[in-house]
Amino acid sequence: MENFLELTKLISPASLIPLFPLLGFLLTAFFGKTLKHAAGWLASAMILISFCLSTFLFINLPANADLSFTIFDWIKFGNVTLSFGFLIDHLSIIMLLVVTGIGFLIHLYSIGYMHNDEGFARFFSYLNLFIFFMLLLVLGNSYLVMFIGWEGVGLCSYLLIGFWFKNDAYNDAAKKAFIMNRIGDLGFLVAMFYMLFYFGGLDFETVNAGAQTLEVGNTLLVTITLLLFVGAMGKSAQIPLYTWLPDAMAGPTPVSALIHAATMVTAGIYMIARSNIIFAMAPLTLEVVMWVGVITSLFAAFIGMKQTDIKKVLAYSTVSQLGLMFVALGVGAFSSGMFHVVTHAFFKALLFLGAGSVIHAMGGEQDIRNMGGLAKYIKITFYTFLIATLAISGIFPFAGFFSKDEILAASFSEHKAVWVLASISSMITAFYMFRVMFLTFQNSFRGTEEQKHHLHESPWTMTVPLSILAIFSMVAGFWGMPAVMSSTHWFGTYLAPVFEGSKAYLGEGHHLDHGTEIMLMVIATVLALVSISIAYVMYVKNKTLPEADAETTGVAKWAANKFYVDEFYDKIIVRPITILSDVLFVLVDKLVIDLVVMAGAWLVGFTGRTIRLVQTGNTGFYVFAMVIGMMVLMFIQLVY
Amino acid sequence: MEQQILQAHPQNWYLVLSTILFSIGVMGVLMRRNALIILMCIELMLNSVNLLLVSFSAYAGNTDGQVFVFFIMVVAAAEVAVGLALLVSIYRNIATTDIDVLSKLKW
Amino acid sequence: MLSLTLLSIPLLASLLLLFSRGAMSRNLALVFTLVQLGFTIFAYTVFKAEGAGPFDYMQNWSAKPFINVHLSMDGMSLLMVMLTNVLLPLIVLSGYNRETNRMHVFYSLMLFMQFALNGVFMAFDGFIYYIFWELALIPIYFIAFNWGGENRAKVTLKFFIYTLAGSLLMLFGFLFLYNGSPANSLEWSSLVANPSCSCNQSWLFWLFFIAFAIKIPIVPFHTWQPDTYQSAPTQGTMLLSGIMLKMGTYSLIRWLLPIVPAGVQEWQPLVIALCVGGVVYASIIAIMQRDMKRLLAYSSIAHVGLISAGIFALNRSGIQGSLVQMVSHGLTVVGLFFCADIIFNRTKHEEIEGLGGVRLAAPKFAAWFLIIVLGSVALPLTSGFVGEFMLLFGVYQYNTWLSIFAGLTIILGAVYMLRMYQKVVLGKAIKENMVFPDLMWNEKIVLVSIGVMIFALGLFPNPIIELTEPILKTIIK
Repeated sequence: MENFLELTKLISPASLIPLFPLLGFLLTAFFGKTLKHAAGWLASAMILISFCLSTFLFINLPANADLSFTIFDWIKFGNVTLSFGFLIDHLSIIMLLVVTGIGFLIHLYSIGYMHNDEGFARFFSYLNLFIFFMLLLVLGNSYLVMFIGWEGVGLCSYLLIGFWFKNDAYNDAAKKAFIMNRIGDLGFLVAMFYMLFYFGGLDFETVNAGAQTLEVGNTLLVTITLLLFVGAMGKSAQIPLYTWLPDAMAGPTPVSALIHAATMVTAGIYMIARSNIIFAMAPLTLEVVMWVGVITSLFAAFIGMKQTDIKKVLAYSTVSQLGLMFVALGVGAFSSGMFHVVTHAFFKALLFLGAGSVIHAMGGEQDIRNMGGLAKYIKITFYTFLIATLAISGIFPFAGFFSKDEILAASFSEHKAVWVLASISSMITAFYMFRVMFLTFQNSFRGTEEQKHHLHESPWTMTVPLSILAIFSMVAGFWGMPAVMSSTHWFGTYLAPVFEGSKAYLGEGHHLDHGTEIMLMVIATVLALVSISIAYVMYVKNKTLPEADAETTGVAKWAANKFYVDEFYDKIIVRPITILSDVLFVLVDKLVIDLVVMAGAWLVGFTGRTIRLVQTGNTGFYVFAMVIGMMVLMFIQLVY
Repeated sequence: MEQQILQAHPQNWYLVLSTILFSIGVMGVLMRRNALIILMCIELMLNSVNLLLVSFSAYAGNTDGQVFVFFIMVVAAAEVAVGLALLVSIYRNIATTDIDVLSKLKW
Repeated sequence: MLSLTLLSIPLLASLLLLFSRGAMSRNLALVFTLVQLGFTIFAYTVFKAEGAGPFDYMQNWSAKPFINVHLSMDGMSLLMVMLTNVLLPLIVLSGYNRETNRMHVFYSLMLFMQFALNGVFMAFDGFIYYIFWELALIPIYFIAFNWGGENRAKVTLKFFIYTLAGSLLMLFGFLFLYNGSPANSLEWSSLVANPSCSCNQSWLFWLFFIAFAIKIPIVPFHTWQPDTYQSAPTQGTMLLSGIMLKMGTYSLIRWLLPIVPAGVQEWQPLVIALCVGGVVYASIIAIMQRDMKRLLAYSSIAHVGLISAGIFALNRSGIQGSLVQMVSHGLTVVGLFFCADIIFNRTKHEEIEGLGGVRLAAPKFAAWFLIIVLGSVALPLTSGFVGEFMLLFGVYQYNTWLSIFAGLTIILGAVYMLRMYQKVVLGKAIKENMVFPDLMWNEKIVLVSIGVMIFALGLFPNPIIELTEPILKTIIK
């Protein structure tokens, strides 16, 4: 009881968390013109407040406790009540901290990055709106509230990708992102219908309780989880719905860092982790999740090797890393997946912000073939970028090493083939990340004289976030040290109560002995070092440059052109639908349906035209007809 | 008194007479092209009917028929007035009353 | 008696307007629609407090045939009356800063339309209902005919005859029911209490269904609609799409479902498939439309197709959802047509391809346009989401596959709406120095109030649901 009282005190701070970004959105949207550059500071302050509140929750939430509360009843019909409420537990607190913490840093960074943009205030209002929806997604205590955030972040992603709306290619990319997300959302929506129909509610408690009355592997659960996974595929850019993410790089770089690397795209992983019980009860779905994850990871890594746009490389690496997280979920290691979400958020945000700093210095240039030797011009950017690259490549003791190692170890004990594929994928990751690093920062400058003259380090609002993120990319890994190195796995312990429920269905198969664990780490590190050396030899020693687009041949050409997946989708889906649209309009609507309607009208007209011929205008004829008519009538009268 | 005079002849005679008169009227309407004559023929038809009504009234000993006759006479008078007025105005406009020429009113 | 007042305000205003001239008549129209709106709000409070009692008006009109002028009110009627009377001031307001010939006739017709629409929603006697139903057609015919655009004579004639033909089927249906009913009356309650034998309902269903399907319109009875929406003056299109087509969907629930229940049961699979097919069909056609108003017309067909599908799912969720969505669609479609009108007014362009770059010149307009577009594509927190969620859940309860097929609308809807928005509003300006003034005062009021209502209903849909819950309990057994 005391515990409960203590918990209720947390309700108001928890409900306030999303309100501040919303307030920030409204203020910057309506008073953007008057606020000018203060808009950026205002928006950042709002996120900072939310971050402080999240920290407050983090400190004050008793261990093993969770708090679910309803704010108001949203939709009520018949015996269905769908309420709007929040759930505070360890999982949502971790996400809150990541979203508001990294969100704040990126806001701060954007003040410098977007300084000269005419849409400065608009940019911050969108960013705040995004944080608001992301917080709803994270905080929601039901699938429906999560869905509000889920679609809301999709909207913000649309707005921010197409932020520079004068460019039609950017607008296309934004539209593509929204529509592909919507395809996934339909899966999510139908999954909700199933849950509402069979379990009678959409909040996590009801669904989990309802699911636990069924047997493991029940068709219903498999259907629901597969449909939810379709939603996750869209949001987290997995095959076959991943093509929007690389295009989404059209948005300003802070957006790519915040939305398309650190937070929104991990929503799919969060959602599955949140639904861990029903997923654990559907082994078939987990199998699918695992395979989709590993194939995406490998596929995206291959494409990443041949990209020359710095942001595109990072985008494919994001797709690839997300795939890895799905592998973790697929083998049942939910907390490892979440761990990678967190570390990835740090180093991938850092990579994007670093890339943004490079692009800022280069005056908008994004092609790594035109960079080189930047290390001596923009030192802070270089070192922070290096740290992030080491982290994503999985080099000890950077953050990526620990989280990736956990995933690899988990997949090793579950499924050897997946482990092999995932290892190859991380090896390739190390290669192409260092390829970008070397081509950008080493050797001599390859850009124009004008660009060289312009090279400069970014202002403090940009470098401070870089440095903070760099620190976290270095130390975040120690939150989850493997059993060999430390007896406590803080991250895993912290999240353990959330994943308690699914333990029963997964079985205890995760204990590798220390020897195997060390062996796996060594293998992973050696593989990464080998790739880095290859990259070093190729791009620093031999100074090879990626060839011009026209010269690529064979598989390299396929990879450089993203395996023509976009073209394939265009051929089999987009074109047919547009053709179908025209055909239906011209042939069916205009010709067939309207023809039937007009035929009815024509029949009436035709009858009229035919009969009016009788109307000659000749009075004699009328009289004659009348007399004849009378005689006929009289005759009939006489006969009958 | 009147009844007696009327009943001096068998009723069939009136029937035959009015049928003949009516047929003459009909034939006139059908055959003639002058609108004025057609109007006169219509009057003839109306009068033949009047005759019939009167004779029936007399034989049946009931005045209903005679009331009808009065009605018909009033209506016929009105009709002739309107009809003749129309004819006069048509004649003033196109200088003819030939109904074959008057065939504007058609599709 | 209150229902008589609700009818008489617009009727008297309509007559009065005939004697005014010029801009004065527009101001008067605005005042009267606002008075009517205020009175509607008053009516809402009365209804909340005292129920239908104060609204009930029953007067015998003719003993043989037995016809009662029976006006009354229940939650569903009130909802539709409110929708009508909220939208009318906005529609009148959208005519400010625009040139209109013979304004007094135009607005007089509009108020007459309001009178007829209010009547349709409050009529509880089949005969009176039919009269109002047909009465509503007359003003909109003249509005479309006299103030319309290209091809208006041909298009409006088609519209008029098409809908009239449908209505005649309904009249025949009513006459049949009149003769068959034991009480010899078309009183709604007696029709509901004594349904005709199911052998007859099988074909009676089609008489009513086709009449409503043409008005709604449900594919394949829709070909009058894109032409009419395109050629009618925008305010007429708003009336048609925002309110008049709701007459059809409202009548499905009010008349078709309760008076031929067995017929509905019998034909449910066919009709629901027709509706859902129509949703996808119209959505796909909308993708490649070249004219903005036509695109919106097809999108409207898709939306109302889903509404009808929800109704024919014959469950709580579907029908409740359809009512929410009727209101939501009324708001968004009026907003969208107004946006199209604003663009046409400034650029004299209706072709999607010839537009672009509006956002540069008019950021406020672009923002509110986007909000309404989002309401139309059913983003959560907008009214469209609540409606579509409940509708699709209703269809889901009928058949899973059908709901997935109908759910394609949320994807296709995004495709055509965003394509339109992108081509029209985003991108570079088509012409150098394009003159595109941002929102004028009246436009601001209209768009902002629609935007606010979209969000308000998206956040708090429960008042609508509670209002209509009791009546639906009697309709769905």
